[in-house]
Amino acid sequence: MKNAGAPGKILKRLKSWEGFLALVLGIIFLANVILSPQYLSLLNQINLFQLSIEKIIVALVMTFIIINAEIDLSVGSMMGLGACVFGWLVQGGMGGGWAILVVLLVGLAGGALNGFFITRIGLPSLVVTLATLIGFRGLARVLVEDRGITDFPDWFDALGQNGLIGPVPFALIAFAVLFVLLFIVLQKSGFGRKTYVIGTNRDVADYAGIDTARHKMKLFLASGLISAFAGLLYAARVGAVRGDVALGFELDIITIVLLGGVSIYGGAGSLIGTLLAILIVLNLRNGMALINITGHIQTGVIGLLLIGSVLLPKLNLSTLFRKNKGQPPEQKEESA
Amino acid sequence: MGALLSRLNPQSLRILGLLAVLVLVVLFFSTQIPHYLNGRLFNRISSSVAIMALIATGQTLVILTRNIDLSIGSIVGFVAFATGGLISSHPDLGPVLLVTYSVLLGAAFGAVNGVLVAYGRIPSIIVTLGTMALFRSALVEYSDAKSITTSNLPHWLVNFPNTVLFQIGQYQFRAAFVAAIVVVLLVHFMLNRFRPARKLYAIGSNPEAAEMAGINTSATVFVAFVLAGALAGLAGFMFLARFGTITVVAGLGLELKSVAAAVVGGVNIFGGSGSVIGALIGAVLIDLIDTSLVRWDMVSEFWREAVLGGLILLSVAADTTLMRRLVNLRISREKAKFSKARNVQSQEVAE
Repeated sequence: MKNAGAPGKILKRLKSWEGFLALVLGIIFLANVILSPQYLSLLNQINLFQLSIEKIIVALVMTFIIINAEIDLSVGSMMGLGACVFGWLVQGGMGGGWAILVVLLVGLAGGALNGFFITRIGLPSLVVTLATLIGFRGLARVLVEDRGITDFPDWFDALGQNGLIGPVPFALIAFAVLFVLLFIVLQKSGFGRKTYVIGTNRDVADYAGIDTARHKMKLFLASGLISAFAGLLYAARVGAVRGDVALGFELDIITIVLLGGVSIYGGAGSLIGTLLAILIVLNLRNGMALINITGHIQTGVIGLLLIGSVLLPKLNLSTLFRKNKGQPPEQKEESA
Repeated sequence: MGALLSRLNPQSLRILGLLAVLVLVVLFFSTQIPHYLNGRLFNRISSSVAIMALIATGQTLVILTRNIDLSIGSIVGFVAFATGGLISSHPDLGPVLLVTYSVLLGAAFGAVNGVLVAYGRIPSIIVTLGTMALFRSALVEYSDAKSITTSNLPHWLVNFPNTVLFQIGQYQFRAAFVAAIVVVLLVHFMLNRFRPARKLYAIGSNPEAAEMAGINTSATVFVAFVLAGALAGLAGFMFLARFGTITVVAGLGLELKSVAAAVVGGVNIFGGSGSVIGALIGAVLIDLIDTSLVRWDMVSEFWREAVLGGLILLSVAADTTLMRRLVNLRISREKAKFSKARNVQSQEVAE
């Protein structure tokens, strides 16, 4: 978005993107209501979130990372590592509370490792987090080998599986709270503005006196921490951990964020977009599950949606320009 | 030493460095594992690296243009399954036709990616994240919840990967390995000697400049994706021949492994520099460490991935730091030359 022009223009474009997502969501919602009678039940609505709750929590932080023109491929492995560290510690006799604390520290340490190689050594985040994707997963496997660990404290399982306030489980409340907090941070705070500025043009941000390395370090720390936390939620919800917990989740998470309109080149996107994309993906999956469409096909449909959602608006815009104005569309370089 | 280092082409220097690391790794494990260094090791690594070498080469072509292909694993899976399906329903098909079918099918998938990236102008990471899921679900639909098993396949196909073409002492050169190496060398030769192939580097170094220099960037990027698809198709054929049993999860995760091999081999993830020979050595290095750790008594086999992740990180960090030093060294050498020349010049003027 190098030459997108006035900020009003960006806002307009964002609005239309989010409008488009809302429209898609509306269509999916209506289709679901018509196709399956049990869709609207409160239990199904909670279940819809609960089944992917770990992914959508991490997607919130991933929004920050991608707006900052970085990427974190290691989130799925960190979720797995967090869950496995917890299982390993609890099995070794540590109290649940202490184990949670250690897991969160492991998350911070993992984030610090990513951040160190990205900000101090200056390696691309794609490469660093690809390596830690393999490494963190490896550590998880070292801890639990090929066993499954199930004997968690009762309160821990209950927290993951039962409602906390009425039928609403802890994880969903955590997601809601985190969303509101992060929304305020990204859209209303200086930290959020910096995230956009650095993502738009890191050099300019550097010259403007922003400590960009420090900022990126904070984001990767947050990503590690939240991923480990999400790993705990997974362990609590499923009541068991294995070495392959959350395997491949990173790609689902990134798909959600990109579908939400966050630019892969950084500098553009919003948490509202991510939220709409989350709702679209979850409702689509839920709707398809209710009419017996299986996992791989669901993923395929979401892949199609991801490509289509980026392609279709482009096609429409360019043909509209040609017909209405009767002149070639203005030469606007996409920052591809 | 410094002067020598700065005179060498950075690309050949990198390959020398990788080879040195390879030798060190082999030496290290030969002190740790009894009966490590023999023909069996070579034969084992060479037969497993054939598939990785092909997809790492394809991935390199795409990365050179500042793009990425995350759908490679799904292409390998689909092609392996479809080729297996074809040969089990038409068992009298010849090898040439079957390989052609695999390559064309892979190229067709690559063309889908290429059109969307080069002409649809969608970032490659978005396109290939989408097609990764899409091709996989196409496989699920196509397979109809069945699998291909070795009993469906003709003997020549199952025996192909283990056919020994020639033998030097204990070192067997098996068909799949030799085929893969030939392809990699061919691509390497093209990249260095074939003029149109240099466009890949030009685009990766600076897309705008390449466009202004009259390079059709869209067509070139499109071709890169088609070639990556074709190589993945060939890898799919090898995958079928090697494993025989193909399910809907075949090739899962190969996309990130191929990126890892390329990156360890010194291919710049932001495009413009790197070689397929590097990617090949990267693939061999990863495979070597992977197989050796399993046999090493000091650590449990569960350490494999953890060690691998750490090594990738360290190798890339070392590569970047050394290359930066090298660039600085060159700059200072050029500066020294320049100021010397100026001194001579000013002296001449004074005289």
